[in-house]
Amino acid sequence: MWWEYVVYFVNATVLAAALRMATPLIFASMGGILSERSGIINIGLEGMMLTGAFMGMLVTFYTANPWVGLIGALLSGGVVGLVHAVATVRYKVDQVVSGTAINIFAGGFTVFMLRTVFDVAGTSPAVERIPTVAVPLLRRIPFIGDILGHQNPVVYLALILVVAVHLFLFHTVWGLRLRAVGEHPRAADTVGINVFRARYLAVIASGALAGLGGAYLSIAHLSRFGDGMTAGRGFIALAAMIFGKWTPFGALGASILFGFADAVQMRLQEVGIPRHFVLMLPYILTMVALAGFIGRATPPKSIGKPYEKE
Amino acid sequence: MELQQRSLTSRNLLVPIGSVVLALLVGSIFILVVGENPLYAYRVLLVESFGSINNIAGTLQRSTPLIFTGLGVAFAFRCGLFNIGAEGQLYVGGMVAAIIGVSFGNLPGLIHLPIAVFAGMLAGGLWAAIPGILKAKLGVHEVINTIMMNFVAYYLTDFLVTGPFHGGRWAPETDRVFPTAVLERILPPSRLNTGIFLAIVALVVVYIVLWKTKTGYEIRAVGLNPSAAEYGGISVARNMVLAMVISGAVASLAGVEQVLGVHGRFIQRFSPDLGFIGIAVALLGKNHPVGVFFAAVLFGALRTGGAAMDRLTDVPRELVVIIQAMIIMFVAADELIRRLVPRRRKA
Repeated sequence: MWWEYVVYFVNATVLAAALRMATPLIFASMGGILSERSGIINIGLEGMMLTGAFMGMLVTFYTANPWVGLIGALLSGGVVGLVHAVATVRYKVDQVVSGTAINIFAGGFTVFMLRTVFDVAGTSPAVERIPTVAVPLLRRIPFIGDILGHQNPVVYLALILVVAVHLFLFHTVWGLRLRAVGEHPRAADTVGINVFRARYLAVIASGALAGLGGAYLSIAHLSRFGDGMTAGRGFIALAAMIFGKWTPFGALGASILFGFADAVQMRLQEVGIPRHFVLMLPYILTMVALAGFIGRATPPKSIGKPYEKE
Repeated sequence: MELQQRSLTSRNLLVPIGSVVLALLVGSIFILVVGENPLYAYRVLLVESFGSINNIAGTLQRSTPLIFTGLGVAFAFRCGLFNIGAEGQLYVGGMVAAIIGVSFGNLPGLIHLPIAVFAGMLAGGLWAAIPGILKAKLGVHEVINTIMMNFVAYYLTDFLVTGPFHGGRWAPETDRVFPTAVLERILPPSRLNTGIFLAIVALVVVYIVLWKTKTGYEIRAVGLNPSAAEYGGISVARNMVLAMVISGAVASLAGVEQVLGVHGRFIQRFSPDLGFIGIAVALLGKNHPVGVFFAAVLFGALRTGGAAMDRLTDVPRELVVIIQAMIIMFVAADELIRRLVPRRRKA
């Protein structure tokens, strides 16, 4: 009896959907990790994603090539990241204030551009999208093949990115330096690490990755841009980063968990559990994790503080 | 001495005014992009927000919720706390006010309205108390928790407005509140309502609390230097929680005003980022009630004028959102502004 329930909620179809829902969160949370590990809070992820979603669509519209659109999203996200870096590193703007400004800006800018370029409100015209692919061999494996075998290439890109960020952070000297800058910038500076450059690069990369996450929505998952289409995913990514304790694999797990909640909400509604309470879960879990009830999540030490050379 | 005082004040105003001017200049680039004349567009914006009694009433109506959210955010700032949760607090407050408003049809207005307003405030205050307590007791940064609680508030009110308190019409909204719970319109056809008086009262009360009471002194002391305050016998934890409660209560009045004064009902996701613009209002107003008032009027005028600009020119109304974001960034980058405006030589 109860077994049938479990199979209804946890099966290959739902898990494949969970992975699709998780993909934009994975990109943005990897961006969040890079930025915050360098000591810069990035609550502007939402705005960076939204910008990437729009620019990805716009570049695809003009080039008819969604892969070029993806690069456009990467670059435009990077530019927004640069703005955050200049504001917080160079001009010592409060990091939360700068992120807030970026989120508000992106919300206005994307609609402004949508109306100016296409003279439409709400939704852009349809553009090419990156088609899903079937991976030979992998898709023949029972169960796992049903989840992983037939996905969008951008989904695989997200999974590769997690491994790459992990290797970078914990197995390269550059990653070690980045973490040193976020934990103890003064000491890092003393041993000759350029704190400012490290933070600039980390925050620009953060924006670029968030931009990719946004573009996944507009030119891979769907094939158009809609006003505010990121719908708070930048903040869920932030939550995933915290819930995953600022580690790539932790954030991956949290992203998939939150993606699963998103994928399963409609089915839960059918059995009488209001979906709104399911949608709340990522945020509540994050608060619980921060409070230390399920293994305390502790941010990098120097986070939020601008660095000044002596 | 007197001269020094005056020059100090003019320096204080330099950053806010410089930021607004700079943001308008950047905005004019966007106006040029759509092929309009910035001077013309800004003239439309100005005339349509202040040009007639009706326009001024419209501007004040849009300023009213921003006074509440700006004041709420500013209050928390005074205690060194960053309340990004005004958006969630105003939804919770608005929802509770709506629930009281659609219930109890037989109460006299003299009782019904105050209960609805007070219950909304209480709900917003308690909502903000949670991140306050988590910060005071466990040291968890209030920024993340207030952000997370925004989303909890969205989904909670989504649930209530589409479920138990869904009104008779198809749209995701409650029924109209009883006339006894309505904040009366003044100066129709604008939607300016008696909430504006509530806003003025809130400004005065916050000023008195912050600068004329012991509690306010303690809250500001904690904001300036928590360890020194603790050493001086002030309970940091208690004042942080109290500051968040007051901040949330004041911010939630924005939702109460929108529900009882403007829409007459709770509408799902009715707020055009009022809570986030409140952060801009607090920053621009330098966390002082007088500054908050003028900043709120400015942002209210931008909203009113922006809508008119959208109608009368080719400039989309989202231009004012871009300008608002620019203002936040520039106010916070005070070093940049001070650099752009050369310091006057000492005479």
